[in-house]
Amino acid sequence: MSTTTNQKKSPFEAIKTRLQGVDLRQNGIFLALIGLVIFFAVTTPNAASISPTNFSNLVVQNGYILVLAIGMVMVIIAGHIDLSVGSIAAFIGAVAGILTVRPIEQDGWEWLPALPWWAGILGAILVGAIVGMWQGFWVAYVGIPAFIVTLAGMLLFRGLALMALQSSNIGPFPDEFRAIGNGFMDKEKTLNGLIGMPEQYNAIALILTALGIVAIWISQLRTRAGKLRYEQPVEPTFWFYGKNVILSFMVAYLGFQLSQANGIPITLVVVVFLILLYTMIMNKTPFGRYIYAIGGNLNAAVLSGINVRLVNFFLFVNIGALAALSGVLITARMNSAVPKAGDGFELDAISSVFIGGAAVQGGVGTVTGSMLGGMIQGVLANGMNLNSVGIDVQMTIKGLVLLLAVAFDVWSKRRK
Amino acid sequence: MASNSILEMNNITKTFPGVKALDDVTLKVERGEIHAICGENGAGKSTLMKVLSGVYPFGTYSGDIFYENEVRKFSNISDSEAEGIVIIHQELALSPHLSIAENIFLGNEIKNIFGLINWNKTYQEASSLMARVGLKEDPNLPIKDVGVGKQQLVEIAKALSKRVKLLILDEPTAALNDEDSAHLLDLLRHLKGQGITSIIISHKLNEIEAIADTTTILRDGKTIESLNMKGSKVSQERIIKGMVGREMDNRYPAREANIGEEILRVENWTAYHPIDSTRLVVDNVSMNVRKGEIVGLAGIMGAGRTEFARSLFGHSYGTNISGKVFKNGTEIQVRTISEAISNGLAYATEDRKRFGLNLIEDVKRNISLASLKSFVTFGLVNDNEEYKRASEYRASMNIKSPSVLSVVGQLSGGNQQKVVLSKWINVNPDVLILDEPTRGIDVGAKYEIYLIIQRLAAEGKGVIVISSELPELIGICDRIYAISEGSISGEVLRKDAKPELLMSYMTKEKSKK
Repeated sequence: MSTTTNQKKSPFEAIKTRLQGVDLRQNGIFLALIGLVIFFAVTTPNAASISPTNFSNLVVQNGYILVLAIGMVMVIIAGHIDLSVGSIAAFIGAVAGILTVRPIEQDGWEWLPALPWWAGILGAILVGAIVGMWQGFWVAYVGIPAFIVTLAGMLLFRGLALMALQSSNIGPFPDEFRAIGNGFMDKEKTLNGLIGMPEQYNAIALILTALGIVAIWISQLRTRAGKLRYEQPVEPTFWFYGKNVILSFMVAYLGFQLSQANGIPITLVVVVFLILLYTMIMNKTPFGRYIYAIGGNLNAAVLSGINVRLVNFFLFVNIGALAALSGVLITARMNSAVPKAGDGFELDAISSVFIGGAAVQGGVGTVTGSMLGGMIQGVLANGMNLNSVGIDVQMTIKGLVLLLAVAFDVWSKRRK
Repeated sequence: MASNSILEMNNITKTFPGVKALDDVTLKVERGEIHAICGENGAGKSTLMKVLSGVYPFGTYSGDIFYENEVRKFSNISDSEAEGIVIIHQELALSPHLSIAENIFLGNEIKNIFGLINWNKTYQEASSLMARVGLKEDPNLPIKDVGVGKQQLVEIAKALSKRVKLLILDEPTAALNDEDSAHLLDLLRHLKGQGITSIIISHKLNEIEAIADTTTILRDGKTIESLNMKGSKVSQERIIKGMVGREMDNRYPAREANIGEEILRVENWTAYHPIDSTRLVVDNVSMNVRKGEIVGLAGIMGAGRTEFARSLFGHSYGTNISGKVFKNGTEIQVRTISEAISNGLAYATEDRKRFGLNLIEDVKRNISLASLKSFVTFGLVNDNEEYKRASEYRASMNIKSPSVLSVVGQLSGGNQQKVVLSKWINVNPDVLILDEPTRGIDVGAKYEIYLIIQRLAAEGKGVIVISSELPELIGICDRIYAISEGSISGEVLRKDAKPELLMSYMTKEKSKK
């Protein structure tokens, strides 16, 4: 009966409370992440959690979950779910193996020549999109709930992965293929030699970090100027500058740390590119807006002339392609396509999305929130590993974190 | 408080943001009578009953409830049910896959000492309750296989099982045919003989005339009068006068109609029910609208007004739809909603919360949703332009919200309705269909909506207004069609429009074939 209690307040008051609630949530999760990093920096032996190598590991160990979480948050905002992404990742790993590595020992694939690494990756993502079409067809055009379709897909694609791999592994992969999951930008520091920079730091990493910070400031300032020109409300000046200074420092710190390890992981480049791309898609394109509209009120979306079926179809094509990319990342990292790959990834991705503030009912959620949710889980797992916490305690804590994060959401909504 | 009354509600006031739903309402019900409550949609009847039954708990309204000579402070429905007050809503609260007997005792199961359900006793009791309400069915039959009329009886049997003293029925006969209605009214008289008091909310005045001992009339959240129906004969006209008898002069803004060429013509429009495709819902409707004209569609609930409008708007309701649509004399297709929109149609729904708005989203994004493509440059939505346009609507439509970034779910009904209208005006339609544009909003906001409708007409658009409130249609429309049982049963020009005449068209039954 929360609606009746809302009605007692004036709408103005209620909106104010709500906006405060949103702020609380967005900042809260960000602060929680920073808090976790500091906590583990203090508690881990020799502050191992903030060593350059560990930052590097964090990125490559969590990249494929973040990629999945991007697709997952879109699906969840529209009011669906996808339980099949882990199995799709395994299946696509197998596909990539068959395409890229000539699987001599695999019976029945002799006719297929081994493709160059890039064609293998593109082919794998294409197959992922086709898998998405299959699931999107059942969800969007037949009208079977996504929970059922993807639960079936979870079994189906795991089965196909086993079939394609004939219950063994495929590997090793070409070096170029492996680089996407395991490689770094100019690991050999050739650029250092050219510009005469000390070998201690990776030059490319420092340059890219600096460029990234400049890009953040340019885009933030431009957006703000545009809003001001249209007399839109903007954040208070001190808040705007304060926020971006902190953000810049964090990017600089991460870049600096990475430059002392092997440099910037290719996975990080891929993930950052996807975050930027999908944040734009969700906020700035009609497709993204329609996803929020469908999740917020399906009936109203239909009556506004939105082709809901088409949007739902593309959502699953999209998550199929992203799951494929995730499969490529994990296969490249392990240098082997294995049938058990991606086991339980769907649950990690779903947790990331809900820790990141999405609503089970749909209509609410952001790409950046889900990324923060994913990073919280990653930092938590990594920190506990470094502290030699057993897997039993780790699972318990991860479960509680998910529950409490969502409970906090429910509680803050009820309070207003 | 010793008196013969079972219930006295004194000075009840209940407000929602921006709306005073009940304003100092008083209701006195004698023991053992059938008490009718009449009023237009939005008069506050249902709100009053929700206050009585504890849906709106004590503390959310002001005023006192005396029941059985004691002050009552119900904080939920089970409180009031424990005292023998049972409300049967228009939307029946039955579980379709459970049997009649299970539904009767749902939440009130007959248990043995181990806490397990005693099925033999359940069926025995159910059978005797069913006999009391005259329901001859197998108590094992699932509710989904029972007709609506009999479902109503199951609800009453359920109320009896709770030892009801005061039975409240909200529009009990709205969905029933004549035979079932007559049976239900007989049952109420029969229960009255057994000492059960009933409150009946109904729009069907002939029924009230036939059955009620007292009639209380509400209008705009206030008690207008209580009529004693027993002694002197109170006519239906007398009740109507009480229901609609406010000053008509200043409720509707004056307007000079400037009516031009025909802009939309619909011919032989027919549609069937989406699930039961043999049931005719819209039957051979032909109508037209001219530029600058406001055309009304009058009909009682379930007559097919909304169904006609939605089947016309991109076939968004119904199956096997046939008929022709002409705009400015040329035939157009309206097979999908986006096709209907691009052909210049817009439809603002009667149920803005379920079908009109994304309540968790802000004003700006709700206004732009149906016309989002018009804000796109290089594939990206220009949110600055979007903000600017929404702000313009906020000013011109007088949407009272802190800004266009305010969440729509937090606005009052009238302001939400203005957001819906802004959304559809922004697709720049030639013909707007407005379904119950003033439902559930207060008088002041209604006036503003009328002004907006008139402004649209003055811009040369055709406007179709669907409404249950006859004075409203008469007050703002140039021409009114009456719909009954899915087909046009009459057409009236403004100068000839009288509520009585329209009502007679609206209740006209089709000649039996």
